[in-house]
Amino acid sequence: MKVLRDLFRDYRFTVSFVVLVFIVTMAVLSFFSPYDPTLWHVVPRDMPPSSEYVMGTDSNGQDIFWQATFAVRNSLIISLISGIVSRVIAILVGMIAGYKGGNIDRVLMFIGDSLLVIPLFLIFVMLAMMIREHMNLVTLGLMLAVFGWAWDARLIRSMVLSLRERDFTMTAILSGTGTLKLVIREYMPFTTPLIFSTLINNMSWAIGLEITLAILGLVNLNIPTLGTMLNWALFYQSILLGRWWWILTPVILSLLVFIALYWFSVSISEYLDPRTRIQRVGA
Amino acid sequence: MTFVKRYLIPRLIQYFLVIWLGITVVFLIPRLTPSDPVMKMVDQMRARGSTLEPGAMDDIIEDLTQMYGLEGSWLEQYGDFWARLVQGDFGVSFFQFPARVNDLIAVALPWTLGLLLMSTAISWTVGNIVGGLAGYYTRRRWSRVLDSVAMVVRPLPYYVFAFILLLLFAYVVRWFPITGGASLGAIPTFTWDYIKDVLWHSALPALSLVILGGAINFQVMKLLVQNVNAESYVQYAKLGGVTENRIVGKYIIRNAMLPQITGLALSFGQIFSGAIITEIVFGYPGLGMLLFRAITNGDYNLIMGITILSIIGITTAILILDLTYPLFDPRVRYT
Repeated sequence: MKVLRDLFRDYRFTVSFVVLVFIVTMAVLSFFSPYDPTLWHVVPRDMPPSSEYVMGTDSNGQDIFWQATFAVRNSLIISLISGIVSRVIAILVGMIAGYKGGNIDRVLMFIGDSLLVIPLFLIFVMLAMMIREHMNLVTLGLMLAVFGWAWDARLIRSMVLSLRERDFTMTAILSGTGTLKLVIREYMPFTTPLIFSTLINNMSWAIGLEITLAILGLVNLNIPTLGTMLNWALFYQSILLGRWWWILTPVILSLLVFIALYWFSVSISEYLDPRTRIQRVGA
Repeated sequence: MTFVKRYLIPRLIQYFLVIWLGITVVFLIPRLTPSDPVMKMVDQMRARGSTLEPGAMDDIIEDLTQMYGLEGSWLEQYGDFWARLVQGDFGVSFFQFPARVNDLIAVALPWTLGLLLMSTAISWTVGNIVGGLAGYYTRRRWSRVLDSVAMVVRPLPYYVFAFILLLLFAYVVRWFPITGGASLGAIPTFTWDYIKDVLWHSALPALSLVILGGAINFQVMKLLVQNVNAESYVQYAKLGGVTENRIVGKYIIRNAMLPQITGLALSFGQIFSGAIITEIVFGYPGLGMLLFRAITNGDYNLIMGITILSIIGITTAILILDLTYPLFDPRVRYT
């Protein structure tokens, strides 16, 4: 309880916590939606917000509020798949490279650094063009995960490098602890805060890329996400036609998600370890 | 000589390895993914309602297979792929046939380079100087205000941020043009009117890149300065009565800036991707717009050309930055 009280003292944590609760509630609400998100013309078209349609309706004849609940849910699913899978890769690569050192380290870090240098966005565009028919929440999340681990692996590696030199590593090895057990039991607790804050950053990155790819029309536009909602709103010229409720819903929701995720990660990692601030900002 | 042997040669090997790895990924993507690019093209042609004799379709399929370099085993394909690249030939564009990819890129490249160089230079310099001052005067009011602004701007992706600027300054308040790199029908000449026109059109895209990039540099620099500020030589300088301006300018910011040069090199790939995305939002006629047209037309060859060129360009930029690093930091001498 004391931890929570300390965290809530930081206004950024309080704000992001409230916003994230709101976002997750929206995602959960999608399970109670009266409409099927894939069906068109279920409600009258282009209605401004009213008591019946809270956020109005769009030109496809869909209720924007309920559509947004699905969009938030699906965007979160993509980012969670990307975040968790790339975390597994980053932890494996970072720990192996840091602990083993030598040539394995050199090869792994070379691959990681190359991924940092290459304009990944263009690679994603090429990949997405090739697998457009097979594009769904899972493939998109995996695609982002396969390329999104490099920086975080580097952070974990540098942490393991310093942990390896500490006395307790020697004590553990001399008392017969196996490598795997040493890494899991002794190193994991040190790296957990780092892994958690990079998870949140990666999720935010994944949602951003999903929006970008969706606006370029490179994902399945029938699955509602924050990106595809924006794509449809732009496709029907909602700005020029003054349908502000349609374009503003996904824009404001994505702004809230990005800022909340960032503040959440910043406030938590500052609470856990003020000294790592510099590493976090470099990400 | 030791510089060449100990630093330059390993660095050059690394440079070529990165390019090799990147281009190999580009080579593998269409071959490892389940869909067949040739059949996709043929389907698109059919969908557009072109009626052809049965024999003609087979010819087209054969031609396309040849053009994509999909003949023979993977190893042969890989050899051909490199043979063409080494000659600097990216083939023809499928949807602006018979325009060559090289020529299309050559027209678009100056726009992107101009936008990219200008906005990177401004955001890096301004971000570092303002961030440095804010890190030194942490307790001042303006420092805190800027910090809060950076906290809001920093997490936004390029697309969303550019889009918000476009909404605010081109639709709501019509200060800037909505799209394009110059007014329609303007003839490219070296007159003040034309240059003014180009600058006016580039203002919003450049501004969105400058604010986002500047926010990142600001935050990193602020933390770096706070750390340097605690160093003993700064304390010593203060006690020794060195003027504050000199301490901030020469002792702190100059030292804290060094990691930022490496940071600039590492983040160049992201900055480049960001510029491409920003161009798409603002309809700016550079590589981003070319890429957008290629995406909507399914012009795979053109996308491949842009990607390969970007990989080479970015790695070269980073190499140059790395090799000139000793100029900025006299402590590093490649001896």
